[in-house]
Amino acid sequence: MAKYTLKVNGKSIDVDVDPSTPVLWVLRDHINLVGTKYGCGVGSCGACTIHLNSRSLRSCQLPVSAVGVQEITTIEGLSDHGEHPVQKAWLEQDVAQCGYCQTGQIMSAAALLKSKPNPTDEEIDSYMSGNICRCGTYLRIKEAIKTAAKSTTK
Amino acid sequence: MEKSNNTQSRRSFLKVSSITGGGMMIGFSWLANLIPHEAIAGATATKDWIELTGFIKIFPDNRITILSPNPEFGQNVITSLPMLIAEELEVDWKKIKVEQGDYDTPRFKRQFTGGSQAMRMAWKPLRTAGATARFMLLQAAANEWDVPLAELTASNAVVTHKASNRTITYGALATAAAKLTAPANITLKKSGEFSLIGTPQKNVEGSKIVVGKSLFTMDYKQEGMLIAMAIHPTAFGMKLKSFDASEALKMPGIKDVFEIQVYKDGYVKAGFDTRTFNNLVVVVGNTTWEVMNARKKVVIQWESFEAYKEFSGMGNNKREDTIPAGLESTESHMKQMYEMQKKPGKVLRKDGDPEAAFAKAKKIMEKTYSAPFLPHNTMEPISCFAHITEDKALFVAPIQIPDMMKQSITANLGITADKIDMKLARMGGGFGRRAYGHYIVEAGLISQKMKAPIKLIYTREDDMSNGVYRPSYMVTYKAAIDENKNVTAIHVKGGGIPENAIHENRFPAGAFENYLAEGWDIPTNITIGAFRAPRSNFIASAEQSFLDELAEAIGKDPIDYRIELLKKAKANPVGKNNEYDAERYIGVLELVKKKSDWGNPKNKTVKRGVAAYFCHNSYAAHVVDLTMKDGQPVVQNVVSALDCGVVVNPEGAKNMIEGAIVDGIGNVLFGGLRFEKGVPIQKNFNQYRMIRMKEAPKKIDIYFVQNNIDPTGLGEPPFPPIFAAFANALYKATGKRHYHQPFINALNKS
Repeated sequence: MAKYTLKVNGKSIDVDVDPSTPVLWVLRDHINLVGTKYGCGVGSCGACTIHLNSRSLRSCQLPVSAVGVQEITTIEGLSDHGEHPVQKAWLEQDVAQCGYCQTGQIMSAAALLKSKPNPTDEEIDSYMSGNICRCGTYLRIKEAIKTAAKSTTK
Repeated sequence: MEKSNNTQSRRSFLKVSSITGGGMMIGFSWLANLIPHEAIAGATATKDWIELTGFIKIFPDNRITILSPNPEFGQNVITSLPMLIAEELEVDWKKIKVEQGDYDTPRFKRQFTGGSQAMRMAWKPLRTAGATARFMLLQAAANEWDVPLAELTASNAVVTHKASNRTITYGALATAAAKLTAPANITLKKSGEFSLIGTPQKNVEGSKIVVGKSLFTMDYKQEGMLIAMAIHPTAFGMKLKSFDASEALKMPGIKDVFEIQVYKDGYVKAGFDTRTFNNLVVVVGNTTWEVMNARKKVVIQWESFEAYKEFSGMGNNKREDTIPAGLESTESHMKQMYEMQKKPGKVLRKDGDPEAAFAKAKKIMEKTYSAPFLPHNTMEPISCFAHITEDKALFVAPIQIPDMMKQSITANLGITADKIDMKLARMGGGFGRRAYGHYIVEAGLISQKMKAPIKLIYTREDDMSNGVYRPSYMVTYKAAIDENKNVTAIHVKGGGIPENAIHENRFPAGAFENYLAEGWDIPTNITIGAFRAPRSNFIASAEQSFLDELAEAIGKDPIDYRIELLKKAKANPVGKNNEYDAERYIGVLELVKKKSDWGNPKNKTVKRGVAAYFCHNSYAAHVVDLTMKDGQPVVQNVVSALDCGVVVNPEGAKNMIEGAIVDGIGNVLFGGLRFEKGVPIQKNFNQYRMIRMKEAPKKIDIYFVQNNIDPTGLGEPPFPPIFAAFANALYKATGKRHYHQPFINALNKS
């Protein structure tokens, strides 16, 4: 076990965990932030996507020991009450079916729009293809990303 | 009405035996153990409300909550079912709060997610519940003001007496209303009178989903809760021999390692108690990562099992199956299925004299199709929370048909049914997988052993390699064609491991004078179960591909040929048990033909394919437009026509149809679990290919046949025909027909 002070959603949080523990499980089991989901544990589905500084990243592949002073943002910290343009666009497009993958999708989409405020269809396809939606809501996800892009660049 | 003591919230207590009009029993029951659903999210506030019809809570300040009875796994019945109640209750939908009902099937009558039946079965009962409550509120107002009921109107949760210009809220009337007897007859609105049904409404849980609120079993937490994982044999055909946990027990955070036997010896399984691996090694610890690490340290010996008998069934419907021994592989499965195709099968249906027609045929067209086992791969892996104490068996479970688990829970945990308190958490996908609730028993056994609240978690690898798959299938279609290019007979023969997919009374049965359907099956020790449109999802892919090739062989347009056959089946149906309405079938084909500009596509660069199917009471047709890029198909557009009667929530309906289209294209292209020596080869998403955004259709246009027929479901019907619509378009684009799923194998070779 080892002690870490993590910066999560703007707060400093102390945890005492094994250094190899993926950030995913630190968030879910130790900090009670369960919006970041477990889907595969091998970085192949995107359900556990978080932001490290402003980069999107699979938290199941990130050991807590590698975080250091970098800032973690989870879905709970993306906005205070769901008012991030991507979250609003998700509601406008009524994207979710089962909803399990959607927080990861939203975190990926938010990171995409931060680096590319007006992505092309191909750029959206390419960036978002790391996130699986088993229910098949991909068309709505794409529409929501375009809706969010419009709302932030107009 | 009975008032509770002051430690509990007040709720009405009333029993209404039956209500005609919907033919439904509406229960008003006192549920001492009912905990508001927010308990799952951690809130514990007690609230005062009046309950009407078991589905509606009315608060004094006129807030209204509607309970959704069915488990939710993404089909969005948590929006559409409460809409039925709200329509008749006369309330403002925007102000309604919806809650997931707990497992309480006596109260809700039906809590069943599967078979695309939720809307069909709820259509009258839930509207009746809303109308009954409205009537009782109106009656309470009539009594209060001493005016005739006919002079009152209800709207937006307020009753108005226009003559005296008085209004009163439902909240103010609820206590008095709950004391009244429910009416014996209730008149429901007719189509055309609806103000909410038929309007697009967004998912009532959308705002919780996008902020990551705790909704799923995986997210559930309770003070003192431990994490458990279960290790199952590495291969089908194997069982637990022995294990050594000494190293694992030394690992940090580990509480115990032990064996559980899921089903007791001699237990007669109910219909959804499917499980191959009955003896599991369980690792329990404080946190997920600690348990994940410790399980790697358990040294386990597995051994082959001998063939054994398994008993299942309920009531008089008992069955005995022999589960074969052996380590099976995909290669041997294919060989076995081809062997079976050479032998006569069991005759499922025969019309006319197909043998004579084939003997006389000028040409015989024969094509064989196959498909592999499919794992459901729900995004939320299997999980279940259990806390079994002397007084109560508390579960938070993702389960499609909770009442089907009652027998198994009581028998295998040795508890009585009245102790069961089950919260129905939102499921991170189901697709049939979560009808098989063995994990509830497993979680219960682990909690009993640990004397603690526990959450059982399957890793993705556990989930994918643990069984309950869509079976593997093979079918051969044969057509006899005469010298005038008339099709004179159809022969369909096929089977699967361990069940065949033939629906012998479905189209094209009924359209051919001479028709023969034969089936067979091959036993297996690989456990199978329902997967979105069971059997239909394969047989439609074969049948609709074959009809496409047949239409081409006799020089007919594929849509026109289907319509021609259906018109024949409508005018002069062959045989008696045809399970489809030819007119509605024709309806979706004509609609998709028109909406896709079938004969004259706007985009001249695309190649098109069509397919249609009827299953689970609804009709679906798709036209797929695709192009090829770097040897891979790109679906440019899908046009879909659906007939599911009244569309209650077009927004949710379209979302589900889009999902079925993406799911189908993903499975026909990439889906397939391979076995070698009993071992499922792919175990995670880095090995098992799932459809991703870049492979999804660029566009989907959905159209509904407009009618006033009582609604039927949409979870399954759009799924089966997309396989063949895609296959037929792929043929047009490449000149090559594909018969063996997943197509990616052949595409990558060519």
